[in-house]
Amino acid sequence: MTKERLVVIGNGMAGCRAVEEVLKRDPNRYEITIFGTEPRVNYDRIMLSPVLAGEKAFADIVLNDEAWYRDHAITLHTGCAVAEIDREARVVRAGDGTQAAYDRLILATGSDPVRLPLPGAGLAGVVTFRDLDDVETMVAAADAGGEAVVIGGGLLGLEAAYGLARRGMRATVIHLMDVLMERQLDESAGFLLRSALTDRGVETVLGAQSEAILGEDGKVSGLQLKDGRIIPCSLLVMAVGIRPNTALAANCGLNVGRGVVVDDQMRTSDPAVFAIGECAEHRGIAYGLVAPIWEMCRTLADVLTGVDDCAYGGSVLQTRLKVSGVDVFSAGRFSGGEGCEDVVFRDAGRGVYKRVVLEQGRVAGAVLFGDVIDGGWYFDLMKSQADVSELRETLIFGQAVTEALRGVDPKSAVAAMADSQEICGCNGVCKGAITTAIADLGLTTLEDVRAHTKASASCGSCTPLVEKLLAVTLGDAFQVQTGPKPVCGCTHHGHEVVRKRIVSEGLKSIPAVMQALEWTTPEGCASCRPALNYYLICAWPGDYQDDKQSRFVNERVHANIQKDGTYSVVPRMWGGMTSPQELRAIADVADKFAIPAVKVTGGQRIDLLGVKKDDLPAVWADLNAAGMVSGHAYAKGLRTVKTCVGTDWCRFGTQDSTGLGVRLEKFMWGSWAPAKVKLAVSGCPRNCAEATCKDIGVVCVDSGFEIHIGGAAGLHIQGTQLLTKVASEDEAVWAICAITQLYREEGWYLERIYKWMARVGLETIRAQVEDPEARKALYDRFAYSQRFSRTDPWAERVAGRHADEFNPLSRRLEFERA
Amino acid sequence: MNALVKDPQIAWVDVGADTDIPRRGARRLKGPQGEIAIFRTGDGQVFALMDACPHKGGPLSQGIVHGASVTCPLHGRVIDLATGESLGADAGKGCAPVVPLEVREGRLFIGLVRA
Repeated sequence: MTKERLVVIGNGMAGCRAVEEVLKRDPNRYEITIFGTEPRVNYDRIMLSPVLAGEKAFADIVLNDEAWYRDHAITLHTGCAVAEIDREARVVRAGDGTQAAYDRLILATGSDPVRLPLPGAGLAGVVTFRDLDDVETMVAAADAGGEAVVIGGGLLGLEAAYGLARRGMRATVIHLMDVLMERQLDESAGFLLRSALTDRGVETVLGAQSEAILGEDGKVSGLQLKDGRIIPCSLLVMAVGIRPNTALAANCGLNVGRGVVVDDQMRTSDPAVFAIGECAEHRGIAYGLVAPIWEMCRTLADVLTGVDDCAYGGSVLQTRLKVSGVDVFSAGRFSGGEGCEDVVFRDAGRGVYKRVVLEQGRVAGAVLFGDVIDGGWYFDLMKSQADVSELRETLIFGQAVTEALRGVDPKSAVAAMADSQEICGCNGVCKGAITTAIADLGLTTLEDVRAHTKASASCGSCTPLVEKLLAVTLGDAFQVQTGPKPVCGCTHHGHEVVRKRIVSEGLKSIPAVMQALEWTTPEGCASCRPALNYYLICAWPGDYQDDKQSRFVNERVHANIQKDGTYSVVPRMWGGMTSPQELRAIADVADKFAIPAVKVTGGQRIDLLGVKKDDLPAVWADLNAAGMVSGHAYAKGLRTVKTCVGTDWCRFGTQDSTGLGVRLEKFMWGSWAPAKVKLAVSGCPRNCAEATCKDIGVVCVDSGFEIHIGGAAGLHIQGTQLLTKVASEDEAVWAICAITQLYREEGWYLERIYKWMARVGLETIRAQVEDPEARKALYDRFAYSQRFSRTDPWAERVAGRHADEFNPLSRRLEFERA
Repeated sequence: MNALVKDPQIAWVDVGADTDIPRRGARRLKGPQGEIAIFRTGDGQVFALMDACPHKGGPLSQGIVHGASVTCPLHGRVIDLATGESLGADAGKGCAPVVPLEVREGRLFIGLVRA
């Protein structure tokens, strides 16, 4: 009996695996022919990254050597591209005249890397990362050293960059999105990945769009970004995705979508032709990872060997990055969504971030960074859709802990821990050391335990465990302490700890703070994000990039939102002084934009109420043209400096209060603070500027300037307290800036000066302000910070910054006319 | 999602690319029944709601987006982006209507329901 003829187009991972699976089921059924375009045997394409990195050799990644083809009597045509499929005659023909007739045909043509159609894409030294030839090109380039640019911060791009860095090139990854591997990672994991890559010599530029590839003498010399930046390089790798290779299938009239469309038995629109792997499209999805390919191959082999009741039902995906020492795992719906809840664990000491997404008591997805040992377990739980409600408490700690503690309540679980088990990772304190100290030294509080054992004294993440140990050891004698109030429900740390650690540990981004302080939510909430954003701005002036999405609407839009969603606009009037020209411009703006209300504020300026958001930039442009800038009437920061007319006009004035007010405002405007800061300068003790109910008030007297702080005239009413008295106007400015800076550095977010004063004590503040050295240091830090703050946010937005914020999506929603 | 729901009562309108919406932010859009807010989370998921808080009608598009929720800029009510329901202490106190939204190959389609 003659054998059926099975022809496979594609000698890659899918094609060969399909053949292996068929041979496993029925070694004698088919006479097999394989066509491959690469001039070599089948190898593990996934392992090209380690080959590039020099961690493996080609021989290590060969899957099927020549002997395999020989032993199974497989005819292999390497370096032979099939040009045509004749479905009528059931023959495939290659460009070189080779042909093979088939009874069953498998398309395993894989995919092609996407090449961006950038100017200069044809230059020498511009490569993709797909096959061994690409790797060899890259290795040759790396031998010459220099700089490499990789476009694309996905899995493949990062592995390419890492490999090139390992080979001694300076590698820079250009990524369009603002999170690396954004299809697999959330912001927190993306942040950790970015830091880990930086440590390994791979720079990353996020949110960057490529404009053109530059060249010299026909060779690549650099990449120009849309923002004008040029990154020099002698090698440019495009790793921006893959496109299923469907040309053959389309040319012979098979049904082709994004890939070659197949049913659940991998059959194309021609029952004699099958497609698998990256070239196939199953239920609308074209896969680019290996696990689904293996599943497809198994189903196909069943079909080809006469098993009828088999079906491929699509795959659930998991991803791991192959960069040595950087462990990343992602699977399923890692970002949650409707009806989902997150369980988050961070270990700052070990650089670990874990997020498991639960939906109706089942694992829906997971992202792991730094500790991926339980990736497989979460993946299994996800695929099996097992009910994990019972495991919820311990799930995030992984399989070992969960199974050890199953059905045990948390307290007795702690009791059951071995004495040698480590509780505090930071300080290496095990359970026995803590319970012994509690018993022998008669410790009763968390603070005692911290003082004597150092357990939970560093990052604090084991605090709940230490408290449970106290509870177990002491029984009823233990009462949970109430420590400082946490910033919000996303953390157990209070504001003070957060602020201190931002500075002491050099934390320079919101994700960095959340990781180091082990935030329990993936990206914080509307309470902690604005607080962290402010703390970072204050700690790293000029360095930290303001995160506008972490700002309350008023500070993002630079206007005050009103009850009907319109905004109010308050231009600055320095020290409350204005001019006919300014007033005319304000009147014109009110007319031009039909602004419904114009009101004089309590801070000596004019409020334009009811401005539509879309109109804001145009309103500001007109105000700017008349010389006015933002009054920051919306800011947690310096608002107004109210003044009286002082010696300029007043018969009682003792000093130039208006002049001092204007000087203060011109120096201090634009500064951010924990809460709003209102100043006033009165020219004499009659206090017409009402300086003694302001955050900081100056009362001029004949002999100098009294500086008062901590007034309030809102929900709470209280007069200021006299802090200090100085003789000259210069000293008054120095003292006021020093107070402001101390408050900026110490205040808790949303804590006004009067509350901060009550918390730290007037004497503490006075000691700093009256000590010349401390005062100067504070003043200098304030002055430095102001170098980056005295910019009119309105003018920036008139010039086009954040234009998307003000323009609605342009498309008007209407039904199309029939 | 790979195919827009085929329902003769729904007209799908391409309103832009998902990347037109800032991460952890929103854009506004004028709809036949009022303003629509389209949100994009930090993880890149997109949602659409009528741009009015169930509390006092505040423009949800102007709030801070955190996780799959938004905090209304007027009085701080937290709204679930997927369901429009009030969360936390306000759970059960009203809901911002969900607007049909689908993403297909990076394009956003808003579903208009014919009267």
